[in-house]
Amino acid sequence: MSSAGLYDGLSAHEREALLRTSHEEFYDDGERLFDEGGYAGFCWLIRHGRVALDSTVPGRGQVVVQTLGPGDLLGWSWLIPPYRWHFGARAVGTVEATVFDGEQLKALADQDPRLGYVLTRHLLGVVLDRLQSTRARLLDLYSHD
Amino acid sequence: MTEPMLPVGYRVIGRTIETHDAVTLGLEPVDRSLDRFRPGQFAMLYAYGVGEIPISISGIGDDGTLLHTVRSVGAVSRALHEAQPGAVIGVRGPFGTTWAPEDAVGNDLVVVAGGVGLAPLRPVLLAALAERSAYHRVVLIAGARTPDDFLFRAEPDVWAASGDLDVVLTVDRPAAGWDGPVGFVTEPLARLQLDPERTVAFLCGPEPMMRFSARVLLRDQVPAERIRVSLERSMKCGIALCGHCQLGPLLVCRDGPVVSHTVAGPLLAVPEL
Ligand SMILES: Cc1cc2nc3c(=O)[nH]c(=O)nc-3n(C[C@H](O)[C@H](O)[C@H](O)COP(=O)(O)OP(=O)(O)OC[C@H]3O[C@@H](n4cnc5c(N)ncnc54)[C@H](O)[C@@H]3O)c2cc1C
Ligand code: FES
Repeated sequence: MSSAGLYDGLSAHEREALLRTSHEEFYDDGERLFDEGGYAGFCWLIRHGRVALDSTVPGRGQVVVQTLGPGDLLGWSWLIPPYRWHFGARAVGTVEATVFDGEQLKALADQDPRLGYVLTRHLLGVVLDRLQSTRARLLDLYSHD
Repeated sequence: MTEPMLPVGYRVIGRTIETHDAVTLGLEPVDRSLDRFRPGQFAMLYAYGVGEIPISISGIGDDGTLLHTVRSVGAVSRALHEAQPGAVIGVRGPFGTTWAPEDAVGNDLVVVAGGVGLAPLRPVLLAALAERSAYHRVVLIAGARTPDDFLFRAEPDVWAASGDLDVVLTVDRPAAGWDGPVGFVTEPLARLQLDPERTVAFLCGPEPMMRFSARVLLRDQVPAERIRVSLERSMKCGIALCGHCQLGPLLVCRDGPVVSHTVAGPLLAVPEL
């Protein structure tokens, strides 16, 4: 899923509107982007580096469930109530990301349903890819037991 | 002339433990060498008194030595897995089609391996590294259940450090000390930003893994004829006589194991043939 995908199907004007809700951020290795259960107000487009999604498991600490890389979108809990993170996220190495403000994105989509539709369709594509790859991992494909 | 059904004696001269259930055996001809194997081809390995199974070549020595990486899953593979240096096993081959890495010359070569599927692809990677300037990008994406399940564990790090190969190793379940990617092979594959006009992809691993990976490549507009997969079917003769390895119109021992996705795609979609 390339970063271009997020802006696909948007006019220059819509793309600008989208970018107005965003700012650039940098994270150092190990820095946390957000914690499980926290309020989900943002969404990240990773431009450089890797982000590990993790969950706290008693006795095992923070277990990484998946890592995301350049071009990946991180976080959609800002879109659906109760707006809480299901996992935590930590930078692995230096990370550069474009951060979008969830409240502003929702307001933008309310004002301009076409833009909202294009955006939602893109997010749905990302969610679907993640779901399929999670399912593939559930098959425990690499072992023959 | 070689009698194709008669195993030739090879002595185990090396045994490298790769994972908890896989070893790489180095084999040296006792009297007589078989013809030279090409990447993707396989041998029928005979554990005397137990049985015979197809095992791909995972390394090809100029001096006639062979490397085979065997995962222990049943009676014959267990016997081969346990073969110690000095033991003699029977070998027939070379059999089957090749990856033909030379067809990727001038292009980007994308290699996607799952679990023990890295073994048949190792000769491709070594061939590409030996003639590195003949290719544009060379990418290896390998997936395993845990970090301890990767074959040839030291090699991908060396290849990556040389800068000649883009290497992504991804695991389903990380362990302490693993700070690499976590996820299925399709995720780094989807992130590659391929140039579909000049991508050639080789996939080897469990069939669903190859199916899912091929789908990502097809979605990125890589033509089906430039996606190659390696098929596995149980085999007896290895030389298109017994019909044991039939998959639709193919006899995998003769028409495979390496076939293009144009051929494999419709067959892989069928649950049981
Ligand atoms: C062309 C070709 C190349 C191959 N290359 C390699 C290789 O390089 N290294 C390697 O380790 N194996 C390779 N295999 C697979 C190998 O041939 C089988 O694992 C072997 O035939 C199993 O025989 P067995 O007698 O040990 O087990 P069996 O008694 O036949 O089977 C034991 C159990 O394992 C299951 N099983 C058998 N084979 C597989 C398999 N491939 N995948 C999943 N489950 C299986 C069976 O269904 C059964 O439940 C290759 C197969 C083919 C067709
Ligand atoms: S194994 Fe006998 S026909 Fe293929």
